[in-house]
Amino acid sequence: MGYIIKGEKHNWELVIGLEVHAQVISKAKLFSGSSTDFGGGPNTQVSFIDAGMPGMLPVLNGHAVEQAVKTGLGLKAKINRRSVFARKNYFYADMPQGYQISQYDQPIVGEGTLVLDMPDGSLREIGIERLHLEQDAGKSIHDLHPHKSYIDLNRSGIPLMEIVSKPDIRTPEEAGIYLKKLRSILRYLGTCDGNMEEGSMRCDANVSVRPVGSTELRTRCEIKNVNSVRFVMQAIEYEARRQVDCYESGGTVDQETRLYDSNKGETRSMRSKEFAHDYRYFPDPDLLPIEFDEAFVTRLQGALPELPDDKLARFTKDFGLTAYDAGVLVAEKENAEYFEEVAKGCDPKLAANWVITNLFGVLNKRGVEIGDSPVSAKNLGRLIELISDNTISSRMAKEVFEAMVETGKTPDAIVEERGMKQITDTGAIDAAVDKIIAENADKVAQYKSGKVQMLGWFVGQVMKATQGKANPAMCSDALKKKLDA
Amino acid sequence: MSLDKATVRRIATLSRIEVADADLEVVAGQLSGILNWIEQLKEVDTTDVAPMTGGTDLKLQWRPDVVNDGDKMEKVLANAPDGHDGFFGVPKVVE
Repeated sequence: MGYIIKGEKHNWELVIGLEVHAQVISKAKLFSGSSTDFGGGPNTQVSFIDAGMPGMLPVLNGHAVEQAVKTGLGLKAKINRRSVFARKNYFYADMPQGYQISQYDQPIVGEGTLVLDMPDGSLREIGIERLHLEQDAGKSIHDLHPHKSYIDLNRSGIPLMEIVSKPDIRTPEEAGIYLKKLRSILRYLGTCDGNMEEGSMRCDANVSVRPVGSTELRTRCEIKNVNSVRFVMQAIEYEARRQVDCYESGGTVDQETRLYDSNKGETRSMRSKEFAHDYRYFPDPDLLPIEFDEAFVTRLQGALPELPDDKLARFTKDFGLTAYDAGVLVAEKENAEYFEEVAKGCDPKLAANWVITNLFGVLNKRGVEIGDSPVSAKNLGRLIELISDNTISSRMAKEVFEAMVETGKTPDAIVEERGMKQITDTGAIDAAVDKIIAENADKVAQYKSGKVQMLGWFVGQVMKATQGKANPAMCSDALKKKLDA
Repeated sequence: MSLDKATVRRIATLSRIEVADADLEVVAGQLSGILNWIEQLKEVDTTDVAPMTGGTDLKLQWRPDVVNDGDKMEKVLANAPDGHDGFFGVPKVVE
């Protein structure tokens, strides 16, 4: 913990809850058969249902139900086998029905838990309050015409999961880790692609402050639609400071919706719309409750992939990796899969080291994802095998790796081409050792007179004589044997 | 149950229906009449009846996740009073 804002009157702590809108991965919309693809021409992915035409009736996409239940299971949450769609009424140009079909007091998923892996190695549990299904609104474009807003309804009706945390988060850092962890779980499950830039994952942050030691919940402000993890953390930091300043100067905090301006690094009040919060929820009469049996849940449970927490536990237990290394590897499903492929035929700790230090270094430098890695997992695994069986030294392996990055060739081909094979033939090493000893009688005398640290110099000479190809440990052994004889 | 004029004005605003001040009294009376009529439902004893969201025994139908609609921009915009380049045009919404 330890995130305290020091004021004149009190020390203050933060109380943060996050609401994440995650776009469900599906082909068709929540209640219609039009496409959810990103980037289509305006209003080309719109049915009469999505356009709110009178008399059109919604029919639920069963796949969206499966995705929501899968996500609930991934969050170890209570699955509600009966839940109800409700209308949330408000008026906005990009919502043609005049209401959003959402869920209110009977959501499809209830309470669950998300475990944060803190940088100091500790674990921190954040409660999940609920997850519900709802439809997205269309998109308003304000800069195409001087006096008009343009409306594109392609997004209208796309299925979203709203995932609400309990107000358990205490620091901006925890908020960031929560979002990354949630994103990781969603991506493992294949229920949301987690792309914040394209808007398929959006976050609202509820922030309040209170004097340290108190358990009260003070008035909160909701910061809407922040579109990156970094901005969420910055917005919380700014907003908490603002509220502390408010209280400390004798003022009060109004419950309101605020926007984060990432250019100025501040939050500001949204002009509150008249009756904006009078949503008049009621059960949608066009839709019956969502109901399914236990077998439906069991089937989905049985098909769940291994999730990051389980994978991390397995990597530390079976492979002996540190929690930190395992955490780095499991954060992205694709990275974890790559690592496992590398580690198939070689020492897993060495494999983790190579993937994290060398491969990720190259990927970062080139700005590419693991899917576009210039080095295949199979080739990297083979390189590590060549180190382990003493074909090449670790130092040479770095050179081979660089060549692999440049050329995409197999390590065997590179070692062969460049004649880098390590000399492990004792005859050849002994010959080189004999030669060096014969040529440097003065140094031998020094060694024998007690300057044993001269051994390093001899090893260096043998390495030089073999163009670095001799196995250093074997050289050292051979030298000792002869010099001490 | 009877509604006052302020409540009627608020409902009208939420519904985006224009009701002239002179008509508020009349509309209040009409809406109150409807509410009173519906209130008779409260006379039914529902002690052992679970809350319902509909009046049928039907189960909610699910559709498969298949794209079989859309791609009809012109039809969708056919009744729009102000269509532009495939968009609906509306009065500028300033945030």
